[in-house]
Amino acid sequence: MSYEVIGITVLWIFLFGYLIVASIDFGAGFFSYYSTITGKRHLINKVIERYLSPVWEVTNVFLVFFFVGFVGFFPDTAYYYGTALLLPGSVAIILLAIRGSYYAFSNYGSKKDSRFYLFLYGASGLLIPASLSTVLTISEGGYIAVDDNNQITFLFTKLFTSAYSWTVVLLAIVSVLYISAMFLCYYANRANDRGAFELVRKYAIAWSGPTILSSLLVFFAIRGHNAGHFQRMEDYAWMFVLSFVCFVVAIYLVWARKRLGLSFIFVLLQFGFAFFGYGAGHLPYILYPYLTIYDNFTSEPMAIALISVFVLGLLLLIPSLYLLMRLFLFDANYVQGKRNK
Amino acid sequence: MLLASYDPVMYSRMLTGLTLAFHIIFATIGVGVPLMIALAEWIGIRRKDEHYLLMARRWARGFVITVAVGVVTGTAIGLQLSLLWPSFMKVAGQSIAIPLFLETFAFFFEAIFLGIYLYTWDRFKNKMTHFWMLTPVVIGSSASAFFITVVNAFMNAPAGVTVVDGKITDISPFGAMLSPAMPTKVSHVLITAYLTCAFILAAISAWSLLKGRNHVYYKKALKLTMISACVFLLSSAIIGDLSGKYLANYQPEKLAAMEWHFETTKQAPLVFGGILTEDNEIKYGIKIPYALSVLAHGRPNAEVTGLNDIPADETPPLWIHYLFDLKMSFVAMMVLVALVFLLLLWRKRSLVYSNKWLLRGIILTAPLAMLTIEHGWIFAEVGRQPWILHGIMRTSEGATVSDHVDTMLIVFALLYIVLGLTAVRVLLRMFRNNRAEDEIAARGIEGGGQQ
Repeated sequence: MSYEVIGITVLWIFLFGYLIVASIDFGAGFFSYYSTITGKRHLINKVIERYLSPVWEVTNVFLVFFFVGFVGFFPDTAYYYGTALLLPGSVAIILLAIRGSYYAFSNYGSKKDSRFYLFLYGASGLLIPASLSTVLTISEGGYIAVDDNNQITFLFTKLFTSAYSWTVVLLAIVSVLYISAMFLCYYANRANDRGAFELVRKYAIAWSGPTILSSLLVFFAIRGHNAGHFQRMEDYAWMFVLSFVCFVVAIYLVWARKRLGLSFIFVLLQFGFAFFGYGAGHLPYILYPYLTIYDNFTSEPMAIALISVFVLGLLLLIPSLYLLMRLFLFDANYVQGKRNK
Repeated sequence: MLLASYDPVMYSRMLTGLTLAFHIIFATIGVGVPLMIALAEWIGIRRKDEHYLLMARRWARGFVITVAVGVVTGTAIGLQLSLLWPSFMKVAGQSIAIPLFLETFAFFFEAIFLGIYLYTWDRFKNKMTHFWMLTPVVIGSSASAFFITVVNAFMNAPAGVTVVDGKITDISPFGAMLSPAMPTKVSHVLITAYLTCAFILAAISAWSLLKGRNHVYYKKALKLTMISACVFLLSSAIIGDLSGKYLANYQPEKLAAMEWHFETTKQAPLVFGGILTEDNEIKYGIKIPYALSVLAHGRPNAEVTGLNDIPADETPPLWIHYLFDLKMSFVAMMVLVALVFLLLLWRKRSLVYSNKWLLRGIILTAPLAMLTIEHGWIFAEVGRQPWILHGIMRTSEGATVSDHVDTMLIVFALLYIVLGLTAVRVLLRMFRNNRAEDEIAARGIEGGGQQ
């Protein structure tokens, strides 16, 4: 494998990591708010809080990691994306800022469960995936113009009126709710909390249909928007088929109330196959048709240094993440609330 | 809107400055407070004194709120670097990707263990196990300050790169971390963050004592924080002196601008205060003979480069002199408070916890220390204008050409106002509704060893 491919794979894995942990997080925030206004907060809030409290800070890091790594491996992307993304990027920053801080304000402050704080936190969580997904949309090309002096203009109205961009937004929002509900099924079951489990199980099943429908919509929209990418994705058709199979298995297990840990692993595989299939089809372009992974790669010594630092970092991170999961995900006493903080 | 015409460079500078100024408040707390928490918990475990353990617990509780704002504003500045300075980040991606990358690793490490620390207070049989969960937080927060300051040091004095006609051609990935500005900058940033947090926590205890809440808890907290502050103050003074010597050797124009030193001379005097007239005459300033030569090179006869020997378009704005003098006055006041505290602790200990003027002075040190940090950073950053990468890239070449930076400036200003106000409100309510003496009574840990 060339350094370019290693680089983009590493980054893609981190983006996938962010997709999963952030989805759980964003969706849980929304469910937490939704359950408050529908008067079902007492049912699921304990479970959500017990999971989120120790991990909320970690979620952000995946994102920071991704974009810092991106600039490191592909310095030119900073120039193109940086210029084009000023507005959508700033919107995402503001939403992330509101969400992160109001989570802490409502959870650690003394005036717990302030409805207004919860609203800010829940609502922003749904808008963040939508605003972040514009980056993926832009990467398909057609939304920025580059003139002879390499001046970049972001074509706003084009993005706002494009069918493709709206299907991506839809998919982002719907799958956040789906992933989150599927995870909470597993977690509530571990907590032996029947009430919470039945409620999130309903959410999970309700959002499974829209998830698969909007995935199909994105497929068709890509064919209309960027035929080349669609063709390359057809080469990886088996990945999308596997993704669908995993979806069926995951939903079946939740429906039958069986083996919920395994069910969530199938959710991971479902999105993993789709996400990596999509990514592989996207290559070699980072920003169609201006940037490929080959003509904007960092220097070789820097690539080697980055990869080595990355490996060393992982040696530190993996045991720490494992410890975090053992203490708060796999420790039955903690999950069931038998340990006090 | 704010300017006569739309100028993305100016607006980008204003927005970056605004975000950093806001972030630095929380980042400083993020670096220093874990160390103070660790100190309190360690003393508590060693002396079997529940009061110190409660101190650690209460500080940690408030710390989470500031961490949240620190994390989100840190993410903001991280993204804004690419959004507002795309051309600069293209160069930075080629040269300083390693420290940027390592910074996120340190942040990751800290984030994981902070979650663990906060939720395992009564989980481990051995109290020391819980204490050890905090060490990665202390290391991680200081390490991320270390790496991000390494990036800033590179911008001040690029190293590890070969520059041909203003373009970077050859890069040594790790060499770029060893910029000559690195040692002084990093140590200055770390020590002053510890110092500021010690003062902030001292001010909180002093406030309670001043209100007549004489519980021994506050006395213990005040003693611990103030003694730490004195130690950090001494170290930062030494590092500050070394920073001056660094400037004289590597960024003489910054030193000359901050001291209004125009002619290159030996036995250069230091000017304190004063105002500068239109034709660069200094009025009302206090001149201290030889002091600048001593500050710059450690010898009264040393030669100090003046502004007249520096090209006019590479001279930083001369108003940084006021900034530097203001900063030094703040430092002087902190030193005064620290000296009075030490003197009283040594000769008349009882007065330390009851003398109203000393307590008021200690309360004053907290905003002063934070202002010193802000002033120091503005001074350091404006002092390297017109460069974004010293000697390689000018600030105007690094900025975005996008529209709407002005709108974003207003939106972000509003965001920071809202975040700042809510954070203060939440923190105040958190501790007002649950005072330390009430919590001590509720937990039944009265006694906990007398002072």
